[in-house]
Amino acid sequence: MDGSEAKKYVWEGAIPLQIHLHESEVTTLPAPPPALVLGPRNGYLPLLIPLIKPHFSSTLPPGLDTVWFDYKGLPLKWYIPTGVLFDLLCAEPERPWNLTVHFRAYPSETLSPYEGEDSVKWSFINSLKEAAYIMNGNCKCVMNMSQPDQLMLWQSVVKGDLECYTRIFSRLKFGTIGEGRIPVRLYLRIVSEKLNDLEDLPPISSWDEIRYINRPVELQKYGVCSLRDALESLLPELFMPKSSMRDLRMREKESGGGPSGIKSALGPDDFEVIKNTGDEAEQTHNIASTEVDSVESSCLKLIRIQGIEPNLDLPFSWAANHLKNPEHILHICLYILNNESQI
Amino acid sequence: MKMASPCDGTLSPTEFKFAAEALMKKWEECKSILHPWIWIPCPKLPFGAPDKAGGYLSLEHIHHFEFKKQQDCIEQKYSEEEVEALDSATLVLSGENETHYYNFHIIYSTSYKVPVLFFRGYHQGGQPLKCDEVEKDLPLYTSKLLEESKWTFITQEEHPYLNCPWFTLHPCGTSEWMRLLLQQRLYSSRPEDLCSHYLVAWFSVVGQVIGLWAPLNLVHCSSSSSSSDTFCSHT
Repeated sequence: MDGSEAKKYVWEGAIPLQIHLHESEVTTLPAPPPALVLGPRNGYLPLLIPLIKPHFSSTLPPGLDTVWFDYKGLPLKWYIPTGVLFDLLCAEPERPWNLTVHFRAYPSETLSPYEGEDSVKWSFINSLKEAAYIMNGNCKCVMNMSQPDQLMLWQSVVKGDLECYTRIFSRLKFGTIGEGRIPVRLYLRIVSEKLNDLEDLPPISSWDEIRYINRPVELQKYGVCSLRDALESLLPELFMPKSSMRDLRMREKESGGGPSGIKSALGPDDFEVIKNTGDEAEQTHNIASTEVDSVESSCLKLIRIQGIEPNLDLPFSWAANHLKNPEHILHICLYILNNESQI
Repeated sequence: MKMASPCDGTLSPTEFKFAAEALMKKWEECKSILHPWIWIPCPKLPFGAPDKAGGYLSLEHIHHFEFKKQQDCIEQKYSEEEVEALDSATLVLSGENETHYYNFHIIYSTSYKVPVLFFRGYHQGGQPLKCDEVEKDLPLYTSKLLEESKWTFITQEEHPYLNCPWFTLHPCGTSEWMRLLLQQRLYSSRPEDLCSHYLVAWFSVVGQVIGLWAPLNLVHCSSSSSSSDTFCSHT
């Protein structure tokens, strides 16, 4: 799959959704059937409201609309792209994905306020600014966008129009992903070691169960080149064989050091061992590979980017360039085994 | 600590920690009647993910004072001496109306490499304030600016550690104005002082935006050169 095909694949990706109205808001009998909508991966759930509301408007109780969604009771963060929510929360992909929509009782203590499409648009633009700052050291290219360009860029995201998006984006002089800092957002879901099947995973009941890390990957500093290298630069102990982890923790306790004691606790030979356990994997660039390297030995159970479980040897800059979301950020979902040494 | 990058207005995570310690110390030295800033360690990240900043600054339970009175005092109606005597960090309890109280956090942003202010307002009973209630509490000049740039100036975002929405001052312009602020000191202080002065300088600007006035002598306490006068008159 070449570059332009990959981008098209990503932009055309969509999640079939089955949206149910929350029972407390059903005022008619029989209850309305769920709405079936296709949610673009690169889009955001609130953008689907114009498609969903007509299904339910006749049955809603009187009052002002304050729309929000939940999945098995978990209020969904509207500023996280739909595809990322699906990859993270739906361990075993559910097709269609069953969500509940609410038009009342917005959980304002947990969710940032949603004030219509503008909220989503500006969240997108602020993320784009952040990505520009990470890559260029300033957000001038976004700040200097003309109003019409800004509007068109946003509309291209809303409509899933890759051609229009590419045309406007190329005018931005955003900078290319080659070296320097690359915007990444990691979503870590800690799973129990005893689980054999993703289907058996209990659903997330609170966002406190997800560890979110918004941190750029720095290319020159660590000589990063593969996806595995990039992940390791953000989570240094991720690929350590579990036995090494136990040894490390024991040595830390003995030497009285904390995580910063890693360098002194490990000798140069230890690093060789750790690196070699990953090299057993096939050296291919097949992004649709379902194999995850070092599953048995390390804590990483699953990695999902744009619904794909990529080969960890994939060149990181390729992944960042072709699998990123329109706001120029690469969102990575990781399912990680709970190791008693990790809190 | 000598700053690695004093001239571009940004901070490394370790410099942030150092600057935070300096702010906490100077705040206490100025004997402000406000609570002291405290350092809250970040929750430990899994798999050795480094978080060199290691934590963030917190100032909590600050009662909101009446901004309008403050505006009148500072802008027009009183002499300099009377203004100084106010030492604006005061909490003028409104008496008849309910007073709101605020929590402030200064958190390091790895994306922007600068500190970011997060704040949240509450009713006396602990219930969070709504957006329009917070906007009424802001200084007039800020709420005017908010009208013009609703989405890019002060926004409600998810707190980096607490999984709930807090107000925040958008950090995209911070490094630029910090660079200008620090340049004034660059030629008159030792490089080591720049880092310890960073958050003091930053706060003296940012605090004003939201109406949390630093103790007037916070800046005087921390500078020993005449550039402090220029600095004050600019802010």
